[in-house]
Amino acid sequence: MGEGTALGRVRGLGSAHHGSHHWLLQRFTAAGNLLTVGYLAFSLLLLGDFSYDSVRVWLAQPLPTLAIALLVVSVFWHAKLGMQVLFEDYLHGAVRFAAILLVNLAAFAGTAAGLLFLAQIMMTSVGERTATQAAQNAFAGMTGGAGQ
Amino acid sequence: MAERPLSPHLSIWKWGPAMLVSILHRASGDGLALVGLPVLLWWLGALAGGPAAYESFVGYATTIPGIVVLVGLSWALFNHFCSGVRHFVLDIGAGYDVEANNRWSVVTTLGGVALTVAFWAALLLV
Repeated sequence: MGEGTALGRVRGLGSAHHGSHHWLLQRFTAAGNLLTVGYLAFSLLLLGDFSYDSVRVWLAQPLPTLAIALLVVSVFWHAKLGMQVLFEDYLHGAVRFAAILLVNLAAFAGTAAGLLFLAQIMMTSVGERTATQAAQNAFAGMTGGAGQ
Repeated sequence: MAERPLSPHLSIWKWGPAMLVSILHRASGDGLALVGLPVLLWWLGALAGGPAAYESFVGYATTIPGIVVLVGLSWALFNHFCSGVRHFVLDIGAGYDVEANNRWSVVTTLGGVALTVAFWAALLLV
């Protein structure tokens, strides 16, 4: 098997010799999903209470925030690779190209949105802690006590 | 003309467990991508948005259609997880003889259902 003709390569016909890259990344992100989604599933089971305060206080901690940030990156990347294979199998020509373009944009947009939501959840929590601390200090100042 | 077997074709095939696990892997994976990821972002966005946004999310999630979607997504997740682990095993070159392949295809598919039941049982009963 040769490399195909020069014209064929330019047109994207035949192997571009990058197939293993997609294949490997699908596996690497699968391993990432295994760890991070497994962490989320066990965390939710242990949490039990799914009220707003309970979930947000849990998620705003450093380790859950990091784990879910990694989850967002890993699952969107993995989903992008998987959707691409679906499109390559069932769509053809311009529609296929448009669909792959769209799924790439959607994966980046989804990743960015997920990370921004996590940042916002974390910052809300930090803001509340600062406010609580300030209130405690003010109360301590009023009563002349140590504030603990 | 001699009677010869026809080439394999879309309508000429014999059903096997490996086919089931293959198409379920694709369906559950793409289902997770198309439905699961928007729900994930909705959940995170609701948590970021505040109590009212979160109440709205929970309100939709606890309706009958919402529960059906969540249970369906959890099945898709656990199914995709089991058949994904099967892919890792196949990637190292193991499990290709017909008997083992059929057996693990069945175990994989049933495993996804069992994990779904176990997850919801642990969530609701423990």
